[in-house]
Amino acid sequence: MLLGPALAVSAILFSIGVGGVLLRRNAIVIFMSVELMLNAVNLTFVALAQQLGPQGQVIVFFVMAVAAAEAAVGLAIMLAIFRHRETVDIEAFSLLRG
Amino acid sequence: MAEAVFWAFSSGAILAAFLCVTRRSPVAAALWLILTLFCIAALFVVLDAQFIAVLQVLVYAGAIMVLFLFVIMLLNLGRGGPTDLRGAWGKVVALGLGGVLALELWAVRSVIPADHLRLPPGAVARMSEEQGPVGLISNALFREYLIPFEITSMLLLAAIVGAVVLAKKRL
Repeated sequence: MLLGPALAVSAILFSIGVGGVLLRRNAIVIFMSVELMLNAVNLTFVALAQQLGPQGQVIVFFVMAVAAAEAAVGLAIMLAIFRHRETVDIEAFSLLRG
Repeated sequence: MAEAVFWAFSSGAILAAFLCVTRRSPVAAALWLILTLFCIAALFVVLDAQFIAVLQVLVYAGAIMVLFLFVIMLLNLGRGGPTDLRGAWGKVVALGLGGVLALELWAVRSVIPADHLRLPPGAVARMSEEQGPVGLISNALFREYLIPFEITSMLLLAAIVGAVVLAKKRL
């Protein structure tokens, strides 16, 4: 049974994703770090599904659908902002500042 | 055997993920992320989730990452800019918070699910042999999870409409 090791690997991958979000300024790479975090969580679900039944794998299916929707909308927002600002640096994304 | 494969691919995934968040060029980061996703797909196979592994390769490493690379190339961001990584202070914060989170998650990794919830060892592998790896998921998906599945289609429709509205120059 590889439950403990799988959860440990997933913890490390999730932390790398969080580190990436905090480290980068390029909004697209930040998005990629978020995808990495989603994948780490998927790994947790699959590892637990091995012991608790196949429902965990179904949840992974839904997470993938949400990730696809998120990527499509997020990248469209990125395109819209790039058209006005000519950059994807998140320091330039201050449209909501009062 | 399974353990050796598991450790080989998990070290590959961690290494590729680290390179993904530290490479300056967005294209290099995307390619390292694709390698990470492939390694995680291999981990799914080791953990008795063959169908999810196939979906991982098709949907994540295929469709989603192609979308990322397409946008990177469309916006001509192939070369990393000088301000892509945060300065020394940002690095310290990222490393510190990431490390604290890793320690916290490490502490809960040894949690064992309650006995009455657990199936006997190898039960999911046996079910997967009886019903097939696809049947294992589809039986749950189209019975217990039918309504969430239908709601997912609404979510994807909303995402399509949203993406078109956002990315269009003028409606």
